[in-house]
Amino acid sequence: MTQLKLALVQMDTVLGDVDANLAKHLAWVEAAGQQAADLIVFPELSLTGYRLMDLVPDVARRPRPDDPTFGPLLEASRQLDMVVSFVEEDERHRYYIAAAYLSAGQLVHLHRKVYLPTYGLFEEGRFLDWGDQVQAFDTRFGRVGLLICEDFWHVSPPYLLWLDGAEIMLFVSASPVRGLTEADQLGSAVWVERINQAYASLFTTFVAHTNRVGYEDSLNLGGRATIFDPDGVRLAAGPKEGEGLVVAEIDLGQVRRSRLRLPLLRDERADWVRRQLDRILGLPGSTAWQPPEETDS
Amino acid sequence: MTASLAWVDEQLTINPELADRVLTGFIREELGRHGFERAVVGLSGGIDSAVACVLSARALGPENVLAIRLPYRSSSPESLEHASLVIDQWGVEQLTIEITGMVEPLFEQLPDIDQVRRGNAMARARMIVLYDQSVAFKGLVMGTGNKTELLLGYTTLYGDSACAINPNGDLYKTQLRQLAGWLEVPAPIIEKPPSADLWQGQTDEGELGFTYEQVDRLLYLLVDQRYRPEDCLAYGFSETFVRQVLARVRATHFKRVLPPIAKLSNRTVGVDFLYPRDWGT
Repeated sequence: MTQLKLALVQMDTVLGDVDANLAKHLAWVEAAGQQAADLIVFPELSLTGYRLMDLVPDVARRPRPDDPTFGPLLEASRQLDMVVSFVEEDERHRYYIAAAYLSAGQLVHLHRKVYLPTYGLFEEGRFLDWGDQVQAFDTRFGRVGLLICEDFWHVSPPYLLWLDGAEIMLFVSASPVRGLTEADQLGSAVWVERINQAYASLFTTFVAHTNRVGYEDSLNLGGRATIFDPDGVRLAAGPKEGEGLVVAEIDLGQVRRSRLRLPLLRDERADWVRRQLDRILGLPGSTAWQPPEETDS
Repeated sequence: MTASLAWVDEQLTINPELADRVLTGFIREELGRHGFERAVVGLSGGIDSAVACVLSARALGPENVLAIRLPYRSSSPESLEHASLVIDQWGVEQLTIEITGMVEPLFEQLPDIDQVRRGNAMARARMIVLYDQSVAFKGLVMGTGNKTELLLGYTTLYGDSACAINPNGDLYKTQLRQLAGWLEVPAPIIEKPPSADLWQGQTDEGELGFTYEQVDRLLYLLVDQRYRPEDCLAYGFSETFVRQVLARVRATHFKRVLPPIAKLSNRTVGVDFLYPRDWGT
C-alpha cells in the first residue's frame, strides 16, 4: 500500500518581493517536514504574488541551481518534494506563469500556464505569454499532472492529463473570490470546489487543489485547499481564509480500486475523440455525418 | 423562465456574515499592507457611513477608529444624534468639527451660488477635514459610497467620494441595508429616508426621482447580469426609466475613472505604466 502524506499551503505573499516570499517558502517546508509530509504544494505565483502587471519582468526567475531563488528551493527539495509557482523568463525573454515540481535537488517538471484569463477582472494575457504543453510526469509517488488555475477551468487540460496517465492531479490557484449571494461561500469558490470534485469523479484520480489567501488591491484570494479521492470523496479541506497548512495522508491504492469498479479510463475512446476533433476542426480527410439518401419505394 | 422581480430580489439578498468577514479582512489587510492600523470615517448620521464605521471598528478595534461629525449650520439635528448613536454603541474615538466657518466666507463672495454648488463645497470642506485628521490620527480615510451611488454618480468628486479604501462600494444600497441589520446599526438609521442632508428636506430618492429598491433591481440586471436594456422591460421597468438610468450611468462615468493623461512618451502614468496599488507590500 503506497501512502503519500500531502501538504497543501494556503499562503499570502508579499507582492513583488521574491526574497521575502522565498523565506516564507522555506519556513513552510520546515513546518511540513515536522509533520513528516512527503510533498508540499504552494499556490499559483507563490514566489511573487498574483497581481503583478508591469512587475512581471522584475520578478521573473529561471528554475536552475545557479538561480538565487531556485538554489535554496532545490536544496530544500532534498527534504521533501515540492511544487512552487513563479514567473519564468525563457531564453527569448518571454514570461510565463509557471509551476515547478522539485525533488531530490532536481527539477522534475515545469508547467507553463496554458490558459491565461484575460477578461473581466483578469489581465494575464496582457503581461504574460501562453504555455503550449500539458504533460503528465513520473514522480516517486506515481504519475502526476500539474495545472495552474484557469487551466482547470477548461476541461481539456485535465482530460489530456488523464489520458497521459496522471493518477494525482495537483492544481494551484490564485483565485480571487467573487459572487456574493445568500450562500455561505462566494460563487466562484463553490464552483471551483464543484469542478475539482467532478474531475476526481470523472477521471478516477486524486485531485488536490490549493489557493492563495489574502488581499491584493480590491481582490480577495479565497483559500480553501481541498483533496478529493478517485471516488470524488473529499478527504480534506482548508479554511476559507487565513494562512495554513492542510496535511492529509492519502492511500494511492485507491486509484486501482476505483478504476476496477468504474473502468472509465479503460473504456475511453481517445482515438475516436481525436477523429471527432478532426471533423469539428474541419481537418482534411475528416467526414461529417450525412443524412441517409432517400430511396423510392 | 418568466421574468420575475422576486428572482431579482432573491439575487440581491446577501449573506451578511460572509460580507462582514470579507470586508473586515479587506480593511485590516489593505491598511496593514501600507503600515496603518487606524481609520478615519466621516460620520454623517446615515446608513453608509455607519456601516463603514462599524466595519472599521470590528476590523481594527474601536480605539483605532476616529469618527468625525462634520455638521453645517443647517444640518438636521437628527443627523448629529444618529451619528452619536453609532459612536456611543461602538465606543469609537470621536471629534466634531463644524464646517460652517470654512464654507461661509466662500459663499459670501459668491452671491449667485446655488444649492448644488453649496452642497459640493460642503462635501469638499468635509474632505479637507478628514484628510487633515488622517495625518493627525495616523489613520486612512474610509470610503462610504455604495455601488448604487457610484454607478449613478450621485456623489461629489473630490468630496464625499474621496477616500483611501472603500469597503462599501460593491454593495447596492438595498444590500447595504441588509449588512447594516447584521451589524446591528441602530434601526432609526436604517429606516429613515436616505439623504445627503445638504439642504433641508433633501432626500436621495426625491432628488433622483426613483427609489433605491427600484433602481437596484435594474442596475443588478444591467451591470451584474449584463442584460440588454430592452430585455429589462420584461421585468416591468418602463423604457423611460431604463433609458434615464443608463444615461445617468454614462454621463457620470468620468467620476469613476482617473483623469486621462495626454499620451506623449512610450510609457505614460495611468496608460501603460501599470503597477498594483499594493506593489511591494
